[in-house]
Amino acid sequence: MTKAMTGAKMVVQALVDQGVEVVFGYPGGAVLPIYDEIFQQNQIKHVLVRHEQGAVHAAEGYARSTGKVGVALVTSGPGATNAVTGLTDALLDSIPILVLTGQVPTFMIGTDAFQEADTIGITRACTKHNWLVKETDKLGQTLHEAFHVATSGRPGPVLIDIPKDVQFATGKYAQKTQMETHYQPQVKGDLDAIKELALAMATAKRPVFYTGGGVVNSGTAASQLLRELVEATNFPITSTLMGLGAYPASGENWLGMLGMHGLYEANMAMHDCDLMINIGARFDDRITGRLDAFSPKSKKAHIDIDASSINKVIHVDIPILGDVAHVLEDLLKVWKANGRKTDKEGLSKWWDQINEWKKVDCLSFKQEGKIIKPQYALQRLEALTKKYDRYITTEVGQHQMWAAQYLGFEDPNRWMTSGGLGTMGYGHPASIGVQMAHPDALVINIAGEASWLMNMQELGTSMQYRLNTKQFILNNERLGMVRQWQELLHGERYSSSWSESLPDFVKLAEAFGAKGIQCHDPDALDDAIMEMITYDGPVLFDCLVEKHENCFPMIPSGKPHNEMLLGDADTKGAIKAGGAVLV
Amino acid sequence: MSPLKLKKGASSHSAYDLKTPFSDTVERHTLAVIVENEPGVLARVIGLFAGRGYNIESLTVAEIDHTGHLSRITIVTSGTPQIIQQIKSQLGRIITVHSVNDLTVEGPSVERELALLKVTGKGDQRIEAIRLADIFRASVVDSTLESFVFEITGTPEKIDAFADLMRPLGLQEVARTGVAALSRGPDAHV
Repeated sequence: MTKAMTGAKMVVQALVDQGVEVVFGYPGGAVLPIYDEIFQQNQIKHVLVRHEQGAVHAAEGYARSTGKVGVALVTSGPGATNAVTGLTDALLDSIPILVLTGQVPTFMIGTDAFQEADTIGITRACTKHNWLVKETDKLGQTLHEAFHVATSGRPGPVLIDIPKDVQFATGKYAQKTQMETHYQPQVKGDLDAIKELALAMATAKRPVFYTGGGVVNSGTAASQLLRELVEATNFPITSTLMGLGAYPASGENWLGMLGMHGLYEANMAMHDCDLMINIGARFDDRITGRLDAFSPKSKKAHIDIDASSINKVIHVDIPILGDVAHVLEDLLKVWKANGRKTDKEGLSKWWDQINEWKKVDCLSFKQEGKIIKPQYALQRLEALTKKYDRYITTEVGQHQMWAAQYLGFEDPNRWMTSGGLGTMGYGHPASIGVQMAHPDALVINIAGEASWLMNMQELGTSMQYRLNTKQFILNNERLGMVRQWQELLHGERYSSSWSESLPDFVKLAEAFGAKGIQCHDPDALDDAIMEMITYDGPVLFDCLVEKHENCFPMIPSGKPHNEMLLGDADTKGAIKAGGAVLV
Repeated sequence: MSPLKLKKGASSHSAYDLKTPFSDTVERHTLAVIVENEPGVLARVIGLFAGRGYNIESLTVAEIDHTGHLSRITIVTSGTPQIIQQIKSQLGRIITVHSVNDLTVEGPSVERELALLKVTGKGDQRIEAIRLADIFRASVVDSTLESFVFEITGTPEKIDAFADLMRPLGLQEVARTGVAALSRGPDAHV
């Protein structure tokens, strides 16, 4: 059954049919017909952001915290170009979002019309797929296909560019059920490969699960199966930044995050293991460190839905192409059918070794004196917010790594951070997207003062929609991670890494009508955090912390996992000229 | 306590220039890529090669199924086995790509390229040019009293050889189509 309607109406109809509840956007000339349709209905809520980049990051936060597609709507030209950073961010972190962009009318395309940009050309490299719809009749099909592409296989951002005349014209609307596509990625893994992995698991003496964002993307069933598998095998498990929460931080087999700022025990286990089971991670350079010294003694298995992730930088012995949940289900079946075998004696020795590494206590720090250590601030934040229905977003930098180290995540979809692209300015709008999806939850954006300033305008959005987001700024008046690298490998020449002329954050919050809290005293921190949590409204928390604290542990550039730096004492001359090319 | 053992000036490695355990022999592969003939599909394929730094030695594209709107792109590329595998996987990821076949490894295949060559000259040179064209089974598709346009079909190597011979005989201009290739035998890739 096809119904006739305008293109603009089709957009709203397709969003309703796809179960979309919220759209983050910013109007402009080329999307006015769609905004007119949004005005005349009540099924979809529109959130007016203050900058299009904010709309896309908010859609990402919404998507990441719900598992649903996040939707952003922006105008042509500058609206579309402002969406590019968010699209690239979603591409690298495999976040399913749909960005709808207005375009100049079809008959004006190519004439350098007002607010015309080659949106499809510009976003081709930063979307999973994009479409320019030139006929209203094709709009319904394209919208439904876009949702299918965004969520099938490896999720990612998609974009539909809709010229204004296509929005005005009337055409036939294709229903969701009429959608045609040849895109059907394989979800079941090859059973022979799964059997090979089950056999390897039975004999491994030093196994480790290395999990990533793919487990979260695969859905809650995947996290459940992962927990079952870890418990049944008693193998240790570590995770990338993107995968935190898939296995609970309170779980007995949890080693903590791995990678450049990962935990000592996690990285040592990766280096010394004899069987590495990569589940939905992609051997990113923040994880592997020096490639030719990466886990030299291990047999490697890799479960991934994207064939291009397998054997990209690390050669694997057992590649399994498929969806994490499907593969884990089969793996558990096969392993159980084989008699649930593991090398218990080998495992016991392996755990002894891991427990030795844990004794290093790599996250230890001393909170002394009258200055708040950033680690202490996060430790207290963790203690005071753990019992809440809590979602955490972050900006990018030292605070992000400390948050990953000192906060524990018990469930997937609770941790929203820009992993692959490392986008400063992500966390604030993302927290708005999360809060829209979970109005009653405690949503905290852990930020640095510099990152937060990149999308500070969104405080207006929080105010307008009564979103109680908590902006927790670890303010060291520095671009902390930049400063850390300059200290370690640029001779302590701190080029442009000071946050000069900072605003008074309390007054800034008040200018928006939000609450501002400043805290510099360790003894007053708990009360201040409680005040932030209990305040009914958006809060900007300016936590003044130690200015020269470095983030450890750290695998220096060009080093393998077993050459971690654990503290300032280790850093002298740790990074050579060659390593300095690495960022 | 530190596990860090540093020799002065020991490592100049960074994660971006480290050698992988893969073979570094460069191979030449011919890929047949069936794509939906939508606007921009060629840009997606070329953008992939440019963005990820892969080689294109030759590329041909034309619609092969007018009702199904399918085009066939034949790409000749070169790289290490791992890069070739990446290229195929990355091509397979493009939503409008229906299939990717590596004709170099999936059994025997035939490759042909067509070229037009303009050769000018008089007297003995002209006679020599047409004599060599005959040997190469090139045909004359245009002629004036002082010029020929030859049409030649064959492997890229054959065309290279013919062009090399024509150069001293007054070769002025060459237009080549790039490689078209099909697997041998009854099995089809569409």
